[in-house]
Amino acid sequence: MLTLAWRNLWRNHRRTVIMLAAITVGVWAMIFMTALMRGMVDDMLHNGIRNLPGEVQIHNRAYRDDPSINNSIPAPDKNLLKALQSDTVKAWTQRVRVPAVISSERDSRGVTLLGVEPQSEVKIGFSLDSISEGRFLSDNNDDGLVIGARLAERLETRLGKRVVIMSQDPKNNIAERGFRIIGIYKAKLASLEERYVYTGLETVQTLLKMKNRVSEIAITGEDYRNVSSWYPAIEKAAGKNMQTLPWYQIDTYLSSMLKMMDGFVLVWIIVVFLALSFGLVNTLVMAVFERVHEIGLMQALGMRPSMILYQILLESLLLLIIGLLAGNVLAIGTVIPLQDGIDISAVAEGMEMMGSSSILYPALKLNDMLLANTVVIFLGVLTSILPAWRAARFDPVEALGKE
Amino acid sequence: MTAIVCKDLCKTFQQGDEIITGLENVSITIEEGDFVCLSGPSGSGKTTLLNAMGGLDTPDSGQILIGNTRLDQLGKGALADMRLNKIGFVFQSYNLIPVLTARENVEFVMQVRGVPAKERASRSFKILKEVGLQGMENRRPAQLSGGQQQRVAVARAIVGHPALVLADEPTANLDTLSSSQLMELFVELNHHHNITFVIATHDVRVMRYAKRLIKMQDGKIISDDTQEQINTRDK
Repeated sequence: MLTLAWRNLWRNHRRTVIMLAAITVGVWAMIFMTALMRGMVDDMLHNGIRNLPGEVQIHNRAYRDDPSINNSIPAPDKNLLKALQSDTVKAWTQRVRVPAVISSERDSRGVTLLGVEPQSEVKIGFSLDSISEGRFLSDNNDDGLVIGARLAERLETRLGKRVVIMSQDPKNNIAERGFRIIGIYKAKLASLEERYVYTGLETVQTLLKMKNRVSEIAITGEDYRNVSSWYPAIEKAAGKNMQTLPWYQIDTYLSSMLKMMDGFVLVWIIVVFLALSFGLVNTLVMAVFERVHEIGLMQALGMRPSMILYQILLESLLLLIIGLLAGNVLAIGTVIPLQDGIDISAVAEGMEMMGSSSILYPALKLNDMLLANTVVIFLGVLTSILPAWRAARFDPVEALGKE
Repeated sequence: MTAIVCKDLCKTFQQGDEIITGLENVSITIEEGDFVCLSGPSGSGKTTLLNAMGGLDTPDSGQILIGNTRLDQLGKGALADMRLNKIGFVFQSYNLIPVLTARENVEFVMQVRGVPAKERASRSFKILKEVGLQGMENRRPAQLSGGQQQRVAVARAIVGHPALVLADEPTANLDTLSSSQLMELFVELNHHHNITFVIATHDVRVMRYAKRLIKMQDGKIISDDTQEQINTRDK
């Protein structure tokens, strides 16, 4: 049956090659475009999660409604520390995160003051390469300030200058102090450079009279998509008094974007397939139409209608498999050379508005490839059923009479 | 033993507004090992009878029995199984599958039956040798002459040891020499393997090989004689 299907496929070389080319290009378009879109969304999500930051955060239960200093939490206890040291946790850190006002001698701005543990902050995602001038914080007591390049520009200040940070302590008293700018960082998104300023955790705790309390504990795993598999253990260890939330519950915009992307990928694959299916059905209808006599002969020789159906579907399946193989190879072959990123700085501002950066890194995901292949095989066989079913219903005497 | 029994077969066809009689109360019994020729002019009902006997077409009324099985009552799938296991066909225009080699064409029926590959190969080589096509097993139909193609078709028809081989004008597209060689092959197979042949033809040279000659006209059997009866009558 396989031999017969294979040889029938190559009876009309030109038609088969054209159809294979169409399937190959279609599959390539599915996978390549999905990789580009996935890369863009991955970037947006990574940036989004970096803004949070952390894939899972532990807060005071009231913190999300009122992210003030009063809604802080204690440092992790033994139980939580044990959970945070499990294999599923890639890195974790604790921060004080409060709204503040930064003033230079020229201007003032509202910012988010982050009191961080420098070592664990780097592990969780702060890139030292993003420091464009000066240095990052050295320890929890570091009283230097790291600000974004755009903020420095707005405040008309620079590295080594002093600025004043003003916030409120738990008793709603003004807490302020002068900081020297020890580092300036550049972020993928300019808006982040304006928002976040960093100093040592204990420096902020002292300034705001918080003792050992923090605003949040942030945790990351190996893959932001797999958070649901490990965050319940953290939640349990954190206890009921604290609120443990994964990134998709903290930022519902990001999670709906991911869901929308998954839906869009499926729609895109189906749309491309629909365009392909016309060619596929046409090829099979022609192949059946040209072989009416032969199909009648096979029936006369004792082939059951179900076997005729199977035979035609097998031809379709072979065509699809070859097209899929070629399409996959072509897609992998075009994505791999682009792994270092595609410069789309010409439209960078527009991309930034969407939360994406100016370099697009195509993300070739096994799941996306499997989805494209499954859709093509499943719908391909499904659309082939009609011509195959018609062939199986031929009357052998009439079919034998046709040349 | 009886190979096939047809009782009161009737079949009509609609052609536009006209109703054409294909078969009218046709009854015949063919014994195992028989060598029967159906003769008659075009439109006499030979092919219609052959198609009905082979389960390719169903009669409007009447019965067809192969062993204890009534063909006229079987569904499409069961008829296909009956053709696969009990009946061999040889058609006028060779009717080989063009993308398969001679051997693969012969093996086709066995493959559909689910015969293991080794056995298929050994049986197809043996049968192709028997029909005089040794060394041509791997040729495709386009690389064979008309006579050779018809021999492949015969090999395919008999390789599954059918109870009955139905041949519709098997020599119509062959030259005189190939025709007589094919008929001698049929006679040999009938003689040595006791295969029952029913051949529809209007070729007088083919009729001479028949043990029994059934003449048809307008869908009816008008005579049913043994070769001896014909010879006696001719004298």
